[in-house]
Amino acid sequence: MSVTTAGATQAITVTVNGEERSVEVESRLLLVHFLRDTLRLTGTHVGCDTTSCGACTVLLDGVPVKSCTHFAIQADGREIKTVEGLMEGGQLHPIQQGFHEEHGLQCGFCTPGMMLTAVALLAENPDPSEEEIRWAISGNICRCTGYQNIVKAVQWAAAKLREA
Amino acid sequence: MYPARFEYVRPESLDEAIGALEEDAKVLAGGMSLIPLMKLRFAAPAKLVDINRIEGLDGLAEDGGRLRIGPLVRHGACERSPLLRGRYGVLGEAARLIADPIVRNLGTVCGSLAHADPSGDWGSAMLAVRAEVVARGPNGERVIPIDEFFVAPFTTSLQPGEILTEVRVRDASVRAGGAYLKLERKVGDFATAAVAVHLSFSNGTVERAGIGLTAVGPTNLRASEAEQSLVGKAVDDAAIEEASRLAAQAAQPVADVRGSAEFKRQAIRVLTARALRKAAQATGESESFSGHETIEGVMEEIREKEES
Repeated sequence: MSVTTAGATQAITVTVNGEERSVEVESRLLLVHFLRDTLRLTGTHVGCDTTSCGACTVLLDGVPVKSCTHFAIQADGREIKTVEGLMEGGQLHPIQQGFHEEHGLQCGFCTPGMMLTAVALLAENPDPSEEEIRWAISGNICRCTGYQNIVKAVQWAAAKLREA
Repeated sequence: MYPARFEYVRPESLDEAIGALEEDAKVLAGGMSLIPLMKLRFAAPAKLVDINRIEGLDGLAEDGGRLRIGPLVRHGACERSPLLRGRYGVLGEAARLIADPIVRNLGTVCGSLAHADPSGDWGSAMLAVRAEVVARGPNGERVIPIDEFFVAPFTTSLQPGEILTEVRVRDASVRAGGAYLKLERKVGDFATAAVAVHLSFSNGTVERAGIGLTAVGPTNLRASEAEQSLVGKAVDDAAIEEASRLAAQAAQPVADVRGSAEFKRQAIRVLTARALRKAAQATGESESFSGHETIEGVMEEIREKEES
């Protein structure tokens, strides 16, 4: 049984966007602050800070989670994907291309979380209906677009990924 | 927002977890209620016992005439489980209406029950199916009927040092069905009001009825008189009207930002009637509604009733 006393730090190893990172953390450090402040990956945003808005969504072993409501120490030994890890080999990920092509963002604050949720959806369901897309992104709040173009962006990415 | 400092332990077995539980320690499963409370400093446990790495706690299966739900079964797993449709339909429907899909990826059934928020959805669903919860502590295991589990807001009959290790549901008969209907302002909000219904039938009449009410009392409530009024009857318009009237009477709503007490009481009446029809239809004993109820729809039915 591993024990980390209050206020002490503990070494954790987390694979972030394919790269193994070993860092000392305090037990109360939230995953989102670990990503933003410790690793300087500021693409993951803090929105509501109360588990409501989904701006801080990252993939934990492929599953979307709200990183403001998860301790970094819980992620020890696991894999995290953030928006910085979507691009591969200098190429934007199809979901990023979709948001670009379909104008799926205005201010962009919700976009990283929105895209990661969409990536997880498309991994599970390559050809989702509009309703399934809206259901999947219902934990990610956008205050600009009215969701219309976000849905189109996800559909664009789905089509692109099915071609590949 | 930062929680207060705490000791973090990650046991590898339930026995280790129970050994680590002491006064002022909390079990960390999904963390979807506990972590927000800690961030807001409503809770500052001295120790968190993270059970997420313990093998074998995510069982969701029927076994020996019982449905068994382990302590790491997430809401999302229940939402997707083919087992929680049909005769256990109230459970599958409640699962898909909890919070939002991302929260459902981590939040657990047992954690939600142990948190005992009177606005929680699982409590009503478990009252409807007459579940039992299993608690394990330093002195062994005990089985607690769900009616003895909820004591007060955020308070259960779990003793310090005990951990909730399973929820059990007695085999629902083949001719059983259920529904969970929830009125909420938006996805992810707690219920304004919600109703869980579970019915089993024998020879075309109700053999057993379970009705649980969400967000209209100090705990999730059982609408006992409404349940009793249905036993031995066919689910027809008269039976539905009487049962939904009794369910509304059993509600103890208070006014808040989500609505007046009277509005919530009327919402319970409308939702109970709809859920009864849906449950009866699910068993082939009797039209279809989506789980998310709109305020406009409920208001319309309330007005119709007032006018008639």
